[in-house]
Amino acid sequence: MSTGNPAAVEKLSRREYVLAQRELRRKKMFALALVVPLLLFLFFAFVAPIGTMLYRGVYNPVVAELIPDTLQALEQWEGQTLPDDAVLNRLALDLKRLAQTRKSGKLAEEINRHWPGASSVIKSTARRMKRQTDEALLNGGADMIRVANKKWQRVEIWRAIKKAGQVYTDGYYLTALDLERNADGDIQQRESAQIYIKLYQKTLWMALVITFSCLLLGYPLAYYLANAPSKTANLMMILVLLPFWTSLLVRTTAWIALLQTNGVVNSTLMALKIINQPIEMLYTEFSTIIAMTHILLPFMVLPLFSVMKGIDPSLMRAAQSMGAKPISAFISVYLPNTLPGLSAGALLVFIISVGYYITPALVGGTDGQMISNIIAFHMQQSNNWGLAATLGSLLLVLILALYWIYDHFIGASNIKLG
Amino acid sequence: MNTPGTFNDASDHYLQFKAVQKSYDQVTLVVKDFNLDVSQGEFLTLLGPSGSGKTTVLMMMAGFESVTSGDILLDKHPITRTAPYRRNIGMVFQNYALFPHMSIAENLAYPLKVRKKPKAEIESQVARFLALIELEAFGNRTPGQLSGGQRQRVALARALIFNPSLVLMDEPLGALDKKLREQMQLEILRLHKKLGFTVIYVTHDQTEALTMSDRIAVFNDGVVQQCASPDVLYEQPSNAFVADFIGENNFLPGVVEHVSDDIADIKVSTGEVIRATRVDCGDSGSDKVTVAIRPEKLFILPTDHEYDSAITVKLTDRLYVGDFLRYFFELPDGTEIVVKYLNDHAAPRIAVGDEVQLVFRARDSFAFSPM
Ligand SMILES: Nc1ncnc2c1ncn2[C@@H]1O[C@H](COP(=O)(O)OP(=O)(O)O)[C@@H](O)[C@H]1O
Ligand SMILES: [Mg+2]
Repeated sequence: MSTGNPAAVEKLSRREYVLAQRELRRKKMFALALVVPLLLFLFFAFVAPIGTMLYRGVYNPVVAELIPDTLQALEQWEGQTLPDDAVLNRLALDLKRLAQTRKSGKLAEEINRHWPGASSVIKSTARRMKRQTDEALLNGGADMIRVANKKWQRVEIWRAIKKAGQVYTDGYYLTALDLERNADGDIQQRESAQIYIKLYQKTLWMALVITFSCLLLGYPLAYYLANAPSKTANLMMILVLLPFWTSLLVRTTAWIALLQTNGVVNSTLMALKIINQPIEMLYTEFSTIIAMTHILLPFMVLPLFSVMKGIDPSLMRAAQSMGAKPISAFISVYLPNTLPGLSAGALLVFIISVGYYITPALVGGTDGQMISNIIAFHMQQSNNWGLAATLGSLLLVLILALYWIYDHFIGASNIKLG
Repeated sequence: MNTPGTFNDASDHYLQFKAVQKSYDQVTLVVKDFNLDVSQGEFLTLLGPSGSGKTTVLMMMAGFESVTSGDILLDKHPITRTAPYRRNIGMVFQNYALFPHMSIAENLAYPLKVRKKPKAEIESQVARFLALIELEAFGNRTPGQLSGGQRQRVALARALIFNPSLVLMDEPLGALDKKLREQMQLEILRLHKKLGFTVIYVTHDQTEALTMSDRIAVFNDGVVQQCASPDVLYEQPSNAFVADFIGENNFLPGVVEHVSDDIADIKVSTGEVIRATRVDCGDSGSDKVTVAIRPEKLFILPTDHEYDSAITVKLTDRLYVGDFLRYFFELPDGTEIVVKYLNDHAAPRIAVGDEVQLVFRARDSFAFSPM
């Protein structure tokens, strides 16, 4: 292969070089102008929310804003004995203000996360403080607090307050990883329930099962579509795409109708006398997996189809003419050539299912819950945005790590969507 | 002379088609009563227009399409029911069908690996064939990094490397430009001479068929019209289709006046009676015939060439093609006739609209029953 004589290449003069550079810059500016709207959109819709989420996982100003004076007074406190009266007086004043502005509930909720049982203590005390004057509280607040609830004599509640008052905290991350700090401040496994790691494992496991189910169903289907006469292929393609055109909610509800105790599947099986008792299929891991496989199947079929469509059908024939049996020809020739579509489809399905929310929420019951459902729970029900953000961040890290592993072993350049 | 479908050439019956038929839709026959006898080491070309069933015949040979009826015998063994991967037939596809995920060397090694040959033997064979196709330095490239001609050479080597009993090539040069195609034709012939394999070559390009083949089976509408060596095919076509398909020809419609042995007297539309070699036309008076005469076998009077017949025609156009001239004539009934002359001092000087007489020998004109 001769690539031309390099000596024959003429150098640009200084002036030509400048002109060429200017031309290049103009082209670049034009290209940039084309993508500016997209970049702005990406920033507001993507970078900013994710940044906020990551920040929220470590930044928790709620308590610090609710009882700033108390926390300031607690700064010198070592945490071994009960704090002195000055601190309690400050707290009494803070609680009164919170009670008046109806924010004591918020504080109670926050502290309760660090020391279960603190909620009622704080609420009842705040109610009492509300009736006192500032003067009285500033001088005798400590006594009133001690009278209001015996639990103020426990050092744990003070530790909880101090901990909750930290503006920057690794607490959410520890919680999300099923860890905690003991009294000495060392990190250890949480003695109470191990929830989140198990849930991550289960989520990954379910995503894996869903990906494999999609592959198992999607690969032959894509093969059929890619090799069928175009008329049949078009019709079948519509059937594959149909799920995209119907509302996700409708499809999920259809699965409820199918799988519930008196649903279509059970009635049919019972009518055929295959089973006597209805099988519990809805609100299980099984129902989540089957419904999500259905919903995510197009994401597997489409990239596979487009890659298979580009594979020369004579490759398989060539392999067989050279003496390869059909199965060996498939493994050594066809399969490697579908790898780009297979990786793309598998990666899509896997990543989408790892973060899926609506279907497990509707058909999963308690058994079929995935990590997103717990994130939603913390956002909507327990109002623990910090933990929700942390769990979300960990999910993001997990997906990036998986992508990195994929890239390392198979190569991201192998992904082909069309 | 051959009649369609039967060939009694001296042959060692290496590959035989016996009354092979093929239908895809259980209604129409795409290949009808296909008979062919190929000798070992022969270069046989299937030549026919697109859609005539050439690929179908190759696919039946390779085992990718079933045979509806009839038998294919390779070295006297029927292979009709043998799986493709057991037939030991090499195949070169029009679009090369190289494995894009393998290097050139891996592509060449594939058939040997499948046969579980020892590693050292595979390596030496691959090296030998890379040298044979003059691509020694390209073993590590992927097919995507090669030019069309190079890919074609690799496809060729891959089909030959496992020493197949037979090599099938389905329009292997169809995707190449003219110059490259001519180069590759020589390349294939060189390898054929060197390695002595048996080839069934498919093409719709008659020039390619004529220059490359030992024998050509002209194929139309699922039937072999004639199977013969290139010169026989050109000079003694066995029916009107072959006469038309191979090379250029003029066709004069007429009716039989009289037949004696293999010469027919035929009355053409000008009212003149001409004499032509009788091939497959009827012999009773008033049977319709068509007489084929090649442009280079027609001469304009006055001429030094011998002739048996003459027809009167009018010049409508003259085309200057450099080394030769083409004269276009018309009969009163509108039939067009082309005459080809070398562009030398003997070329006649006539003007458009002139009436002249065209003459030819009976042995250069053939009377066929019309297509
Ligand atoms: N797989 C097939 N199914 C149905 N009809 C086919 C198939 N392959 C070829 N045909 C038909 O058979 C005829 C011969 O085709 P083919 O063998 O490809 O001709 P050629 O190679 O000479 O162009 C054509 O009319 C074509 O439409
Ligand atoms: Mg063909």
